[in-house]
Amino acid sequence: MSFVLAAEQLQFAEALHDQLAAADVPAVARQWAAGDRKRGQALWYSLAEAGVAALAVPQRWDGLGAHPADLVIACEELGHHAMPGPIAESLAAVPTLLAVLAGTDEPAADERIAGWLRQLAAGDLIATIAWPPLLPYAADAQLAGLVLVAGPDWVKLAEPGPGLRSVQAGRSLSIVTGKELLAHGAAAAIQQAFEFGVLAGAAQLLGAGRALLDCATAHAVQRTQFGSPIGSFQAVKHQLANVLIALEFGRPLLLAAAVALADDPAGAARDVSAAKVACTDAARLAARVALQVHGAIGYTAEHDLSLWLTLVRAVGPAWGSQRWHRARVLAALAGGS
Amino acid sequence: MDLAEDDQVAAFRAEVRQWLAAHAPATPLPSVDTAEGFGLHRAWEAELAAARLSVVSWPEQYGGRGASLLDWLVFEEEYHAARGPVRVGQNGLFVLAPTLFAHGTPEQRSRILPKMATGEEVWAQAWSEPEVGSDLAAIRSRAARADGGWLLSGQKTWSSRAVWADRGFGLFRTATGDRRHDGLTYFLFSLRSPGVTVRPIAQLDGEAGFAEIFLDEVFVPDADVLGAPGDGWRIAMSSAGHERGLTLRSPGRFSAAAARLVELWQRAGDPADSALADRVADAWIGARAYQLRALETASQPGAGGFHGTGTPAPAPGRARLADSAAAGSGSGRTSLDRGVVGRGAAGGRPAADSSLGKVFWSELDLALHDTALELLGADAELAEGPDAGWLAGYLFALAGPIYAGTNEIQRTVIAERLLGMPR
Repeated sequence: MSFVLAAEQLQFAEALHDQLAAADVPAVARQWAAGDRKRGQALWYSLAEAGVAALAVPQRWDGLGAHPADLVIACEELGHHAMPGPIAESLAAVPTLLAVLAGTDEPAADERIAGWLRQLAAGDLIATIAWPPLLPYAADAQLAGLVLVAGPDWVKLAEPGPGLRSVQAGRSLSIVTGKELLAHGAAAAIQQAFEFGVLAGAAQLLGAGRALLDCATAHAVQRTQFGSPIGSFQAVKHQLANVLIALEFGRPLLLAAAVALADDPAGAARDVSAAKVACTDAARLAARVALQVHGAIGYTAEHDLSLWLTLVRAVGPAWGSQRWHRARVLAALAGGS
Repeated sequence: MDLAEDDQVAAFRAEVRQWLAAHAPATPLPSVDTAEGFGLHRAWEAELAAARLSVVSWPEQYGGRGASLLDWLVFEEEYHAARGPVRVGQNGLFVLAPTLFAHGTPEQRSRILPKMATGEEVWAQAWSEPEVGSDLAAIRSRAARADGGWLLSGQKTWSSRAVWADRGFGLFRTATGDRRHDGLTYFLFSLRSPGVTVRPIAQLDGEAGFAEIFLDEVFVPDADVLGAPGDGWRIAMSSAGHERGLTLRSPGRFSAAAARLVELWQRAGDPADSALADRVADAWIGARAYQLRALETASQPGAGGFHGTGTPAPAPGRARLADSAAAGSGSGRTSLDRGVVGRGAAGGRPAADSSLGKVFWSELDLALHDTALELLGADAELAEGPDAGWLAGYLFALAGPIYAGTNEIQRTVIAERLLGMPR
């Protein structure tokens, strides 16, 4: 047993963090929200050069075939920096789905699928997916080069309807219409793709929670009232402590879910759902507390805090509600796992 | 990265499971807080010790097996799953022993630890005083110099197990100085010495689980001073993490309770009551998180023999969050720029890290038992019968956020030492 990140994984997280910090993601996200996606797409491409887009793509399609824990690291860092775009979809769910559909036969059953996998790994393609009723909308379908819809056991190419505005500025949600059938009898592949999407979303939320705590602690030290930094007041301290506790005990669940997916994707439901529940709750607590600590300034669209507050509200309910995931944990426990 | 148990650990787990299946009492022993129950629990400790299972993490010379932190976690899982009796010696085993490993002399260790391991000597803690709770440095009980030792005087309270225990440990003031943290000394003393009076205090459940200790010029030889005179505060705080962290309340305890809660839900839960189902799921998730975080700690390099070789450093993954926040003293944006730098463990981190765990397990314990009582409906009131263990467990859990440093104290510690908030 070794339940700890390796040194290379910590280095990967740090390198990604440095890259995102240098890219000034909040500014990129604001331009993205205003409809100018040039810098965002360039950043997406440079993240792909760092390997982020290739993690869930098998090596035979020019990907990295990485451990799911590496995907957790990447998505957590992307959430930490409020990176816009269909992250759980394009980096986790769709490559996982396509990789299973492409199979291990030589040549690939469908050359198009192999091509998409290569493009995804290179950052040349952004993809999104809907799986009604659990995932009713395809996120950011307007900018995706590949839009899919899945049913109980089939996958189709899809045409997105008009993009509905999300609480997160710049993110859109589309009802999609299935067109050409891509695969049938694909229930296991779809299930696996879903688990990876949930995992990525949970990681993004944990990262966003960390950022919110970072911002709140920085503000609490800087902001002075009644002649003292507000961080010296117990009412503030204790709320921040509760956030740290929630985040600290969320991460092991996330890593355990990654381990479960690496070992046995079909048996990972309990651990994936547990991680999603804990990370969503932790991120929501972080959001509430960060806003409260900032006061009115945090309530403005102008302050960068709003990027994370709305990210948490956007990604939280995607990929299954809290109640749905809690019920799935109980069902898995009742099944004896 | 994996969570698979290797052959050695699996074999140890099997040994513990088999032994407990053959030896653990089939029905619960009488309460440890009664004269009869205390004696039976003490006898159980001797039985455990004969199988070298009472202190598996200690070095062999003191009755242990030199087990790793991981092995100890496995032992605890099996122990609680088998509903093993309350450890009557827990204050000694989980609080004093780690302090002795860190600060005791070889003579003290070999004199004290073997008897602790068998239950021959049961220890009680003596921290609080009538006027001193959270503000521990305000201790008034004092020790005066005497020929070959010290004379202890004063009053201690909320001393768990003191009614039937043999010996006590705690801080006494030996000097007054400018700084009140100076001049405190860590003493080990007999509860049977002349000048000691122990008065039982009935707890919420009606039993004498704790007591007041009155000391009137109680002689303690120099050999029973732990560490240097005047250094007691540092010594007590350096191992305070043990009192509130993993060693006091192991994950096994909550994993076992969570498994029983899920069984209770399946037996007695209304499937349409999704609000209660949510609480059951959350309680299980919490217990799993506590277990996983311990496994993370056990995976750290240096987590091998954790007693006698110090406390393992917290996982880098967890230090990161705290460092990230502590580094964030600039503007909101720049705090992120420095987010993951400086992962090295800072001074005082293990103790402060255990504060995270203390708040978490004590709230989790309450949530587990409160949810079970909700599931039991009207039967939750019954103090006897097949499900009364949940009520007893709930009453026990109510004390969790109070003892070993209140959760308010812990949150302040977390905010100041891990998040860098000003005092």
